[in-house]
Amino acid sequence: METTNFVYNLIPNETIAIIVISVIPLIFLIVYALLAILGELKISAWIQERLGPMRTGPWGILQPIAEVVKLIQKEDLTPDSANKPLFNLAPYIIFMGAYASFAVIPFSRYFVPSGINIGLFYIFAVGSIAVIGIVMGGWASNNKYSLLGAMRSVAQIISYEIPGAMAILSVAVLASSLDLEKINIAQEGGIWNWFIFGGQGSWSKIWVFPFTLVLSLIYLVASLAETNRTPFDIPEGESELVAGYHTEYSGMKFAMFFFAEYANMFVVAAVLTITFFGGWNSPFGNFMQGPGWDVFWFISKAFFFVILQIWLRWTLPRLRVDQLMYVGWKVLLPFSFICFLFISLFKMIN
Amino acid sequence: MLEYIKNVWLGFWTVIVGMKITFTHLFEKKVTVQYPDDRYPIPPNARNKLHLEPTLCNGCTSCARICPVNCIKVETLRVVPDDPEQPMIADGTKRKLWVPVYDIDFAKCCFCGLCTTVCPTFAIKHTVEFEYSTYSRDDLYVRFSDMSPEKVAEKKKMLEEFQAKEKAAKAEAARKAAEEKSKAEAQAKAESSPVTESKESN
Repeated sequence: METTNFVYNLIPNETIAIIVISVIPLIFLIVYALLAILGELKISAWIQERLGPMRTGPWGILQPIAEVVKLIQKEDLTPDSANKPLFNLAPYIIFMGAYASFAVIPFSRYFVPSGINIGLFYIFAVGSIAVIGIVMGGWASNNKYSLLGAMRSVAQIISYEIPGAMAILSVAVLASSLDLEKINIAQEGGIWNWFIFGGQGSWSKIWVFPFTLVLSLIYLVASLAETNRTPFDIPEGESELVAGYHTEYSGMKFAMFFFAEYANMFVVAAVLTITFFGGWNSPFGNFMQGPGWDVFWFISKAFFFVILQIWLRWTLPRLRVDQLMYVGWKVLLPFSFICFLFISLFKMIN
Repeated sequence: MLEYIKNVWLGFWTVIVGMKITFTHLFEKKVTVQYPDDRYPIPPNARNKLHLEPTLCNGCTSCARICPVNCIKVETLRVVPDDPEQPMIADGTKRKLWVPVYDIDFAKCCFCGLCTTVCPTFAIKHTVEFEYSTYSRDDLYVRFSDMSPEKVAEKKKMLEEFQAKEKAAKAEAARKAAEEKSKAEAQAKAESSPVTESKESN
């Protein structure tokens, strides 16, 4: 195994090192999820000119902990007519799909849980596992709303994966690699070298800038759809489908769905950061650049996109199903194809 | 095609505009009032919990009679004329009735405010207090009378004695009246038929 990981140098025993490496993202994920829940509550409140939670701790900062405790305490219901093994397995499969992506996310040049050279492809592959979990949960619930929600969700995720993948593919073309670390290294040297501005290179990259900008937007929109967030949350449109595929879930299992949604939000934000916004690189060139700063820049950029997702959620209403398909197939897909074509052409000529 | 491009641009642009609007709202003054800590001022004419000033109440029972839901219960006792206290109502007039029972059942009260309008001495009033929910319905039954049970018993006894005395006096008066009447009648009889009387006297 490569030693791009500081844990291997720190812990000589490889088995223990691997366990530590796989646990670190989980700890991060738990802390992040609590912060994101708080962010969601507070930002939604501030946008609506409310104060949000104020009673739990100073300014309500302990609210997410209270919510988690509440969810754990709740009765774990399984409907009588549900298919029990599938029903019980579904939330964990969805979470597994989200958590598996963390294996390749490079937090720093010295901490990549698993530095495989097809990281981008891997993220897209394991990201699709969530679809199976959603179908399992929706179908095994034996509830018409759950089933409809699951069907909608799958249709949505599958249609939005294509423009998202096209956007990512353009980055693979620009970086000539699927390795997330190499993509990061290809964006070194300040904000101007990020892939949203066309990556490293001469001034001729100005021609590619509009396309990369559009592609980053396309990926942002597609990632919103993949995480079932507003404005693409028709799978759980409560006015039509109660709560979509997790209508029948309660307590711990519902918490897993919730957790998986937030984990997914971070994964897509991380992918967007890595592919278009320089990943762990500092925006000021060599200033504030280094293994420690890597973590800071990566997490703060990813958090910015998580907050952007929350901000979008409390701005936009939900799309109708046909509008969703229209946006996916008739807007994002042709645009991503055009951009991909131009970027490939540019890369070929340059 | 142009229509399509326009449409896509419009979609994108409206999202930007919407996000700008929500962003400005992020920093605007919040409308939340942290209720138990600070609260909206309640207008002074708000009709919330009733309050009776027992020193002002003259026991006229107008409120009990006008109450549409019969939530007010008033019992009165006459003030004896020779009462050593010589009680006064707070507005300066002489008290004619004690009010040993003045109960309001807030479980029934509909906050119509009729009792406050009919009260001649302004003894019953709405307050701005609205947080008096309780765990038991019985706790909503509020007794407003300021008379202690001993005092009530004393006044009752006093009234009974007075009434007995009055009754005795009345009976005496009636007896006297009857006597006089019979006397007068007898006289009248004697005057009208002196012959028979003289006969009898003989």
